[in-house]
Amino acid sequence: MSHNASTHAATEAAIGEAVLSARNIAKSFGSVHALKAVNFDVHRGQVTTLFGENGAGKSTLMKVLSGVIQPTSGEIILDGEPVTFSSTTQAQRRGISIIHQELSLAPNLNVRDNIFMGRELGGVKGVDYAEEERQTRLLMEELDEPIDPLTLVEDLRLGQQQIVEIARALSVDSRILIMDEPTSALSASEVEVLFRVIRDLKSRGVSIVYISHHLEEALQITDHAVVLRDGAMTAYAERKDIDLEWIVRNMVGENFDLGTPPSGYRMGEVALSLENVSVADATVPERSVVDRLSLSVRAGEIVCIYGLMGAGRTELLESVAGRVAMSEGRVVLEGEEISRLSIAERIAKGLVLVPEDRQRDGLVQTMSVGENLSLASIGAFTKGLFTSRQREQAVVDDSIDNVHIKTDGGNAAIGSLSGGNQQKVVIGKMLATHPRVVLLDEPSRGIDIGAKAEVFRLLSEGAAQGLAVIFSTSEVGECLSIAHRIVVMSRGRISAEFGADVTKEEIMAASGEAVVA
Amino acid sequence: MTDISQAAESSRSRLFSGNIDLGRLLLEGRAFFALIAIIAIFSMLSPVYFSANNFLVMSSHVAIFGLLSIGMLLVILTGGIDLSVGSTLGLAGVFAGFLMQGVSLEAFGVTLYPPVWVVVILTCVLGAFVGVINGVLVAYFKVPAFVATLGMLYVARGVALLMTDGLTFNNLGGSPELGNTGFDWLGFNRILGIPAGVLIMALVAIVCILALSRTPFGRWIYSTGGNARAAELSGVPVKRVQVSVYVLSGICAAIAGLVLSSQLTSAGPTAGTTYELTAIAGVVIGGAALTGGRGNVRGTLLGAFVIGFLADGLVIIGVSSYWQTVFTGAVIVIAVLLNSIQYRGRKKRSEPSDGDTSSSREGARTRVADPAAESTVGKPAPQPQK
Repeated sequence: MSHNASTHAATEAAIGEAVLSARNIAKSFGSVHALKAVNFDVHRGQVTTLFGENGAGKSTLMKVLSGVIQPTSGEIILDGEPVTFSSTTQAQRRGISIIHQELSLAPNLNVRDNIFMGRELGGVKGVDYAEEERQTRLLMEELDEPIDPLTLVEDLRLGQQQIVEIARALSVDSRILIMDEPTSALSASEVEVLFRVIRDLKSRGVSIVYISHHLEEALQITDHAVVLRDGAMTAYAERKDIDLEWIVRNMVGENFDLGTPPSGYRMGEVALSLENVSVADATVPERSVVDRLSLSVRAGEIVCIYGLMGAGRTELLESVAGRVAMSEGRVVLEGEEISRLSIAERIAKGLVLVPEDRQRDGLVQTMSVGENLSLASIGAFTKGLFTSRQREQAVVDDSIDNVHIKTDGGNAAIGSLSGGNQQKVVIGKMLATHPRVVLLDEPSRGIDIGAKAEVFRLLSEGAAQGLAVIFSTSEVGECLSIAHRIVVMSRGRISAEFGADVTKEEIMAASGEAVVA
Repeated sequence: MTDISQAAESSRSRLFSGNIDLGRLLLEGRAFFALIAIIAIFSMLSPVYFSANNFLVMSSHVAIFGLLSIGMLLVILTGGIDLSVGSTLGLAGVFAGFLMQGVSLEAFGVTLYPPVWVVVILTCVLGAFVGVINGVLVAYFKVPAFVATLGMLYVARGVALLMTDGLTFNNLGGSPELGNTGFDWLGFNRILGIPAGVLIMALVAIVCILALSRTPFGRWIYSTGGNARAAELSGVPVKRVQVSVYVLSGICAAIAGLVLSSQLTSAGPTAGTTYELTAIAGVVIGGAALTGGRGNVRGTLLGAFVIGFLADGLVIIGVSSYWQTVFTGAVIVIAVLLNSIQYRGRKKRSEPSDGDTSSSREGARTRVADPAAESTVGKPAPQPQK
């Protein structure tokens, strides 16, 4: 089938012929359409880069191609014949491997064992370690990377670990390699090494599908550019026909109206001020993921924090909320220092966080919509020892009305809601505590554009009533919506601060994402 | 605005309305139906099984497991487990027996004979103390609950053995002149014909039902087990909740120890061995999820009754104790099986795809380290464009 030599000979007759094609691929999660009829080709021995903002559908598309999930409709055509993958193993047998952003290596094993994990060589006499080692050495030589097969993976630098992942993909004979944000955690020199390896792979006929937020970097390596927006492919071009401006234009598209900064009222005093806040890296304590950052927000003001992955946004917001400890600095809420208070005490004082990952940090999946909504404000409907059902019902009803949750009622299971409505439950839960300052970490992550607009409208309504809002985002378009002020974070520091009249290019330049000449 | 709220009003059902669905009812009521089936079957097999007196006797046996199971439920609801309850039960019995013998304070040359109510309180304090150690280890030192409470299982048992040198206290009656009589009340007395142990279990059950369903603490327990991270960010004092449930479990075990030693009129250091597993079984049969967040007292009590009535029924009809063990094990496995059916939700397996049957692992293996095979056939790949 896939290794059929005659098929290869036929397809390789034409250079750059599509080795893998997606035809009208659509994927829906409940009522959310993550992909809408996407078409694109992967060309033999070339790099095809997918551009698109968060939530544009890049990762979903990659998951479809690599067999992690199955498309709702549409076809995948491999070597001219339609295929379906029900698992990554199947896709891998047909030569398609994916290298995820979070590497899937076992850090406690050495390079050799990782490469042959799950398909150890040898038979009844046990594993043939010598042969495995020889093949690993061979792979590393081919990749021109002097990594000893017996080194523990945890002792390797991240860039080297990525090379090991690539080697593993090659060892199962992958002809199509999908790389999801491979450079996001690499140093500049490691990126160079990775690019050399990619060029080397190309010359051997391996096709690469590449996803990156670092547009300029991607432009160095890609041969084809595919741009996705809101689950649909908006543009395709070859490298020679495009530049950075083209990508940004197609990525962001016509501005969907996410609102404008609320006005017509006077901002209040400073509600929250951060003074020299630092947060140490969880794994490398000497490193700071947030580095002496200072910021203040007034009542009624909306501040947007923009930054790439790893810029320290999440760590900053979690430390302010009390989830992670600050290594130094002070958090002052309405003139009162709250740096030493617990999360519960900060909530009581009026500071709440809507976390980035609503499944992991936001929702209690075993509880109903109503119980989730009322979780943070139990005190409000407790009288003496017992909770009052009537008053809880009132709190839940109010929340459902205030944040416009579409649900069958408070008794519905949390899993029955769409992503956008789940997000509104998390926001509604925190707003039910009547906060003075609300922090939202990527509130628009994984929700559709309509829900996004609604979330933003909620925030600007809140601000107009005196709420101080800080939200973070990795989508430039969202900065230019309701925020009065845009703060760009890079490597744990504020690299720039803009008013609402800034351009996308200026923001991206300040984040280190793209340098526009 | 009014339009929206009216629309929302009409589409909204009540928060606490029950949903009625026969299939679900059967599944959720499985412990109840199992109990009915057990009673029916044993009543047919033995004429003595179905009598009020036998039910009361069996219930006083169930009381021990019921108390342990309720404490265990609280722990399991937070996503933990408490393996130390059997040992705590034994330790509590021995401690109570020790106090009943009189505490001699050599420095003062006197021997104190605390009254029974003081013995009861001190024993509960001991149970709470064991729970505090468990809870602090789990919540603050991040020791996995399984390991922390497994350690406590050994420590508490060891201490119980040390206290008596492995012997059993047989004299728990106290004497009127010392004013410490009445310990047998817990095991033998009946109020309105119902054994005191059963009443104590019912009381504990009612308190826990109220706590779980009507207090903030109950909500905290469920949210901690459902998603501790989300609960913490919502202001739930997750660590304190975790410590509290182990304390409550310890107290429940201590009460069970008091009742058991009173029933047996003796306090042995090996009492309650492997009871922790029976308690877990009761919770699981009652429909609670071992991953936390799901379960209730009603189900757990039913689970305890299922195990107790099954075990006693097997004794009554004269089945060998080896078979009893086999039956109990089977019931537990079936219960867990039903649990996984209940909580599987709407997750469905994707249908297997066609094609892709020929390329085997061996095929890939022979080609290992030969990724360049294809490119050597083809023409040179295009240069990367700058």
